[in-house]
Amino acid sequence: MSHLDPVSPPSGASSRELILGRIRRALADVPRDELPGSVPLDRDYLRVHGTRTPEQTADLLAVHLADYRALVHRCPSGGLPALIATLLAERGARSAVVPDGLPDGWLSAVSGVELVADTLALTARELDAVDSVVTGCAVAVAETGTIVLDGSAGQGRRRITLVPDHHICVVLAPAQVVDSIPEAMERLDPARPLTWISGPSATSDIELDRVEGVHGPRTLEVILVDE
Amino acid sequence: MSGTYLGMPAFPEAAAKSTQDTQLRGNLRHATHTIRAKRAVAVAELEDWPQLRAAGAAVKDRTLRHLDHYLEQLETAVTAAGGVVHWAADAAEANRIVTDLVRATGETEVVKVKSMATQEIGLNEALAEAGIHAYETDLAELIVQLGDDLPSHILVPAIHKNRSEIRDIFTERMGDWGRAAPAGLSDEPADLADAARLHLREKFLRAKVAISGANFMVAETGTLVVLESEGNGRMCLTLPETLISVVGIEKTIPTWQDLEIYLQTLPRSSTAERMNPYTSTWTGTTEGDGPQTFHLVLLDNGRTDTLADTVGRQALRCIRCSACLNVCPVYERAGGHAYGSAYPGPIGAILTPQLRGTASALDASLPYASTLCGACYEVCPVAIDIPEVLVHLRERVVEGGAVTLRGTRAVIKPARGHAAERAAMRAARWTLDHPAALRAGQRLAARTRRLHPARLPGPGRAWSATRELPAVPAESFRDWWQRTRGEGKST
Repeated sequence: MSHLDPVSPPSGASSRELILGRIRRALADVPRDELPGSVPLDRDYLRVHGTRTPEQTADLLAVHLADYRALVHRCPSGGLPALIATLLAERGARSAVVPDGLPDGWLSAVSGVELVADTLALTARELDAVDSVVTGCAVAVAETGTIVLDGSAGQGRRRITLVPDHHICVVLAPAQVVDSIPEAMERLDPARPLTWISGPSATSDIELDRVEGVHGPRTLEVILVDE
Repeated sequence: MSGTYLGMPAFPEAAAKSTQDTQLRGNLRHATHTIRAKRAVAVAELEDWPQLRAAGAAVKDRTLRHLDHYLEQLETAVTAAGGVVHWAADAAEANRIVTDLVRATGETEVVKVKSMATQEIGLNEALAEAGIHAYETDLAELIVQLGDDLPSHILVPAIHKNRSEIRDIFTERMGDWGRAAPAGLSDEPADLADAARLHLREKFLRAKVAISGANFMVAETGTLVVLESEGNGRMCLTLPETLISVVGIEKTIPTWQDLEIYLQTLPRSSTAERMNPYTSTWTGTTEGDGPQTFHLVLLDNGRTDTLADTVGRQALRCIRCSACLNVCPVYERAGGHAYGSAYPGPIGAILTPQLRGTASALDASLPYASTLCGACYEVCPVAIDIPEVLVHLRERVVEGGAVTLRGTRAVIKPARGHAAERAAMRAARWTLDHPAALRAGQRLAARTRRLHPARLPGPGRAWSATRELPAVPAESFRDWWQRTRGEGKST
């Protein structure tokens, strides 16, 4: 333990030593030869709750997404471009932001919608004027009805799925669908900035009445593509 | 903790007032019973809840027993990922660090995502003194801030306000802080949320600096984690250029995998959902995405003192889910303000007196703000034995003894106002150590039972004012045993 001077007021780097010193004194009861790994930890919780076929897992994802009021659509992979075009048209979207690396062809049927590239020059204010956003995802979790975006190809920067009021997110089943949180954790890289989304933005702060959409997109549409 | 709470009355006085507020009691009863019932359903979905709970407690215990190791690991990882780590021994130092960091950006306003730690240290007030305006962006925190009020619940801080009160606050105050509420605003929750959306969006779009807390910090990767619902968190965490996170040192967990436990237990325990709408994780800075400057302020402020208490240490496992508030009969009737700190309810009753010490009348009263019914322990997703810590702290209040204060071992005196309790304890100890005296006393009590007053005199009056005195039996148990089973009697 480093030298502690009780007289001088703590500041900056010295507080680091002060706090670490306090912790070491506070833990005088912990045997000196105890290593972090020697503190018992049973991971006897389940990795998955229940057994499902990949098809049932995709069904459960759809049910749980809808439970929290995401709009869920399903289609075979060939139907994706038409469905995206339909959803944008039904919404009346005049513009949609598109991340780098969105697969060619997803937007091939879209017409009459200005496609805005997600570039560094795109400011939050400009983004606020865009109606919709279309992205893929990294993984989706059936048990909780959650989709996770990690900023890799086809997902873009975090702000593009936040500021526009309408988010269309494409999930490829079964490739991107897992059953549980533990399975999702394994697939994700913590070095990337991650956004976990379970239904649209919501609040229950006023008399516990659930209201969709305070700050994030008020409409979340998930397209589950059965491959 | 926060200067806002200084001079708050002790719990009994505050509760005596708040329990008379029928509006408050109605709001609280509705809220706590609603969340309580929903939580039970959400928890019942997971058949391995007991195992998740045990693992959640074990991970936190492992972290706490080697906190120095994990904090150093965390610091290394955050730094390697492009973040800057600061250490704050107390509230004043944390406030100073944050104020200096904001000043260095040249900005005079910041957006904030709800954070218990910054409430605990009174950061908003400290920033205001430095001429920096901090805007709370969680809907409930906005209601509290616009109403010059204090939060009263960990999860739903404005639960003591109903929709018409909120409408009035928005109508009267939003214009003073930015975009005014729309004319003719109704008290429909959807309309109120919409007003908040418009009011706050202009702040999000121009904010250069944000301040957050964090639910978890992963030591091995340097990842910070924020769980939220509204998207205000995402706005703060991703749009500004500079992000400053103030996080208690106990929020550390060792590994990325450990997070899988809490992502299952925290949402179900707090909002009773399978998962909260938004969870954000970030590791330092990411080029081209999100804030390009990230500061992490690691906060002690009494946590190492709590760590030094081998019974009270378990309070540092808390993941701030607020499940204990919603099952507590005392919280339900007294409300959050009576606890006089950022942490109300059963967890506040054990956390606050440990973080702040028991020197003030308020803090000394908090371990008594409980019926010890144990419901809080039953629902706690990290198995904190709150009743055990409450009893432990009561003993400290009554008897005084050895504690750690600001890192230094000290012997504290018994709190004032507990002289009668202490005298009674001493008398009881002596009597129980002297069987002959106990027997004589019991006989005397039995024979004089018709003369006992219905109310106690002197210091006992307060106790008997609200309770029936137990009737003394005609014969003591010892005498009865001696008469019926004693020597010479057949069994």
